[in-house]
Amino acid sequence: MTDMDIRQMGAFDEHHPPDSDLLGDCVHCGFCLPTCPTYVLWGEEMDSPRGRLYLMKEGLEGEPMSDSMVQHWDSCLGCMSCVTACPSGVRYDTLIEQTRAQVERNHRRTPKEKALRALIFSIFPHPKRLRAMRGPLKLLQRTGLDRRLRSTGLLDRMAPHLAAMERLAPTITDADPLPELMPAVGERRASVGMLTGCVQGAFFPGVNAATARVLAAEGCDVVIPPSQGCCGALSVHNGREEEAQTYARRIIDTFEDAGVDHIVINAAGCGSTLKDYARLLADDPAYAAKAEAFEAKVRDIAEILDELGPVAERHPLDLTIAYHDACHLAHAQGVRSQPRALLRGIPGVELREIAEGEICCGSAGIYNILNPEPARELGERKARNIVATGAEVLVTANPGCLLQVASSIAAQGHRLGMAHLVEVLDASISGSSPEELRTRTI
Amino acid sequence: MGLPADVETTGATPLEILIQRARELLPEEGVITDRARLRTYECDGLAHYRVTPALVVIPETAEQLAGIVRCCAEQQIPYVARGSGTGLSGGSLPHAEGVLVVTSRLRAIKEVRRDDQRAVVEPGVINLDVTRASTPDGYYYAPDPSSQQVCSIGGNVAENSGGAHCLKYGFTTNHVLAAEFVTAEGEQVRLGGDAPDSPGYDLLGAVVGSEGTLGIVTEVTVRLVRLPEKVVTLLVGFDSTDRAGAAVSAIIAAGIVPAAIEMMDALAIEAAEAAVACNYPDGAGAVLVIELDGPATEVDAEYADVVRLCEETGAFELRTAQTPEERVLIWKGRKSAFAAVGRISPDYIVQDGVIPRTALPEVLRAIADLSERSGVRVANVFHAGDGNLHPLVLFDDAVPGAGEAAEAVSRGILDLCLQHGGSITGEHGVGADKAAHMPKMYAAEDLDTMQLIRCAFDPDRISNPGKVFPTPRLCGERPGRRQGAHPLQEAGVAEVF
Ligand SMILES: Cc1cc2nc3c(=O)[nH]c(=O)nc-3n(C[C@H](O)[C@H](O)[C@H](O)COP(=O)(O)OP(=O)(O)OC[C@H]3O[C@@H](n4cnc5c(N)ncnc54)[C@H](O)[C@@H]3O)c2cc1C
Ligand code: SF4
Ligand code: SF4
Repeated sequence: MTDMDIRQMGAFDEHHPPDSDLLGDCVHCGFCLPTCPTYVLWGEEMDSPRGRLYLMKEGLEGEPMSDSMVQHWDSCLGCMSCVTACPSGVRYDTLIEQTRAQVERNHRRTPKEKALRALIFSIFPHPKRLRAMRGPLKLLQRTGLDRRLRSTGLLDRMAPHLAAMERLAPTITDADPLPELMPAVGERRASVGMLTGCVQGAFFPGVNAATARVLAAEGCDVVIPPSQGCCGALSVHNGREEEAQTYARRIIDTFEDAGVDHIVINAAGCGSTLKDYARLLADDPAYAAKAEAFEAKVRDIAEILDELGPVAERHPLDLTIAYHDACHLAHAQGVRSQPRALLRGIPGVELREIAEGEICCGSAGIYNILNPEPARELGERKARNIVATGAEVLVTANPGCLLQVASSIAAQGHRLGMAHLVEVLDASISGSSPEELRTRTI
Repeated sequence: MGLPADVETTGATPLEILIQRARELLPEEGVITDRARLRTYECDGLAHYRVTPALVVIPETAEQLAGIVRCCAEQQIPYVARGSGTGLSGGSLPHAEGVLVVTSRLRAIKEVRRDDQRAVVEPGVINLDVTRASTPDGYYYAPDPSSQQVCSIGGNVAENSGGAHCLKYGFTTNHVLAAEFVTAEGEQVRLGGDAPDSPGYDLLGAVVGSEGTLGIVTEVTVRLVRLPEKVVTLLVGFDSTDRAGAAVSAIIAAGIVPAAIEMMDALAIEAAEAAVACNYPDGAGAVLVIELDGPATEVDAEYADVVRLCEETGAFELRTAQTPEERVLIWKGRKSAFAAVGRISPDYIVQDGVIPRTALPEVLRAIADLSERSGVRVANVFHAGDGNLHPLVLFDDAVPGAGEAAEAVSRGILDLCLQHGGSITGEHGVGADKAAHMPKMYAAEDLDTMQLIRCAFDPDRISNPGKVFPTPRLCGERPGRRQGAHPLQEAGVAEVF
């Protein structure tokens, strides 16, 4: 069958269409509906996991790729809450990535949409450019945005996001660059390579520094290769497969040279992508095996610390903490108990659960820029539930989530300390006062 | 039936008129006509029946919904209600020329009246959300279908749904006190009331379990039940379903009414294990999930008896949940069992039948025989306390003939239920799937009587037509006499089967 035949037959071309066996696992029970943020917002079948899978099935059965199909796949946050909820083990994560790559190839976007996407992808995966955006409004205004760009509404959409980043990361005094090696304190228990991430690196250098310190304190030699580049997460989540593969190869090469036992990441969104490199590069004979070996070494910071078990002394921190499950950690990687166990391991910490914890905060990578309206609604919903816990500090493990809920909480007129898990551990290990965490507001 | 004056009638088809009216009544995103979108609504939880509806509407108020039904009545367009689309009998299977009325945006919990033990909810509210809204006050909503995290109260009312705890607390019908209802003519009426019983005919009782064939429920007043002082959940392993069945009989015979007694056989355990790692006893031929609830002293006494009876009937392992998390995990295995079967078989049919509890061991053996003879695997999950079986018939649709073989086994199981004095459905309803079985259970006169009731509510038969009844006869027709063709039938307007 020729390429053309297939294209004429349905929505997809023959290069990895959504896998019909995986689709066949869906028994249409609907258990995923109430945990899907877009279903919760809109109450429509097409904007539920079951509906999106059904649209894929329609595409395989011969329906052409229509604007409406694409619209519903686009509005998926990729939070993978449905993967957790599904009793039948449907791999929605794999299926939506396959679908998104097809959409990028086979769907004609409007020039306006294209411009918006192109601009985002020319900024986000590049730590340096992203850092340059820290004075975003000034920068956008000064770079003499031409009218076409302005008409994408990008400025309006990016502004709140970037403004939140700015407010959230007030201490970015181009933090001291991290050393290439931070030796283990005391007995060496492992050697780990540390990924610095794009948003994390640019906006939360403090989190990376804390990660390195905590790892070293727990007996790890921490290797931090200098120019790492992006892991490709944003590209994968948005169907830009080739771009993602290029990034992935570079990361693999970089860390292969480092010769470490584990590769540690503190950003959930990057972690779930790193753990899927084997599939991303499965068709590349030169990298398929390397990707598998790499993938097996990847650990989220909470996982590795939990695996190693604590050796560094924890000093008490009198804090009430609400822990927010980042979707890419809880749903995509199944890491839920470890961060909680680590927090409970700190004397004085009282942990509070957030209602509707499984529902996404609306951040979801660049979703909040592409789909500002639903992102805002979800952010507000999440903020209300967080505030209701009465906790003093919100802790999570993903920079995007922090950015997202920070602005919603502020908009509702509340103040709450915000920190990454490792910053809390770092404070406890170093014995600093909880006050600093409590007042780290926006 | 005449057309209303305010609708342009110049050459527009009834459907076009309805679409125009829907656009006037509903927000833009509440009217769906795009083919790819319509198709996502073509099936419910029984996915092998599929029909693409001509139109889908998602009203946001009861008034909008009533307006749509009124227009359907004027234009003689069939309509089908849909909640969360989890039904297992094809009840919300759309009509190709009709409109699907979806209640997923009617999801406000209007009131929780703690002191009256009542909650007033819209039909699209998810079952478990009623419990979530009332537990802070010390109450919960008792009927708990395994799909409680997703199915809607409207769907529960329509199906008279039940769950594990209905053994002690009763089905949906025992927990619905009043309902706002849109008749097939589009009138908004109120059935039942705040008082525990209303004088006159029990019209609310007729509506509960009517599977959307009498009209659409737009508001439900449900009873809330006090959270029990103590709950004890046990997981008991047996080497065979015979032994587990004997334990069930012994417990009930001892006068104990547990909140729930659920049984799963080896194959169902395997599926649940694969899905949620519930860690059920190794090598069990059957497990019972037994829950006791009530005042602490009573529960403690019953607990001792249940343990003794299980041991006497041959239990090899007995675990009692020590923490809420352990209790949740025990239930998770049971509640995910249907969907989890997807892990051990590409396709399956969920059957639903009832037998007298005493016939349990015999019927289970007969099902095993049937399975062995046909080579079709059957996993059993059921509400053992009230004899409601849920055999899961496994097959692979990619294998030619496998679907038919599974269907045959599935039908055979229903026949077994009927032979033992049971019923063709315990809680999943008749829907599109079992309409053909109704004459096996009821005489023609019985079905005629039901038709009379249906016609009183829906004379034009536009509310979920083609479901429940095998012979959708005309309402003008006198029951019991089928002589010659009806004039409408001759004119091709209606069919008489
Ligand atoms: C995995 C799984 C497990 C299940 N377990 C159980 C169980 O333990 N016990 C049980 O009883 N059922 C069970 N079910 C079946 C199903 O969940 C119930 O029948 C449920 O009540 C259907 O609710 P729904 O909102 O999905 O309704 P739908 O499937 O959308 O509709 C069901 C029927 O109700 C009608 N309807 C819907 N809303 C209204 C309304 N507002 N007014 C009038 N009619 C309406 C529809 O026309 C249709 O006939 C299970 C289903 C699945 C998939
Ligand atoms: S990934 Fe999240 S948004 Fe997308 S379908 Fe699943 S639950 Fe919904
Ligand atoms: S929970 Fe899983 S099997 Fe059920 S509808 Fe959703 S994806 Fe399909």
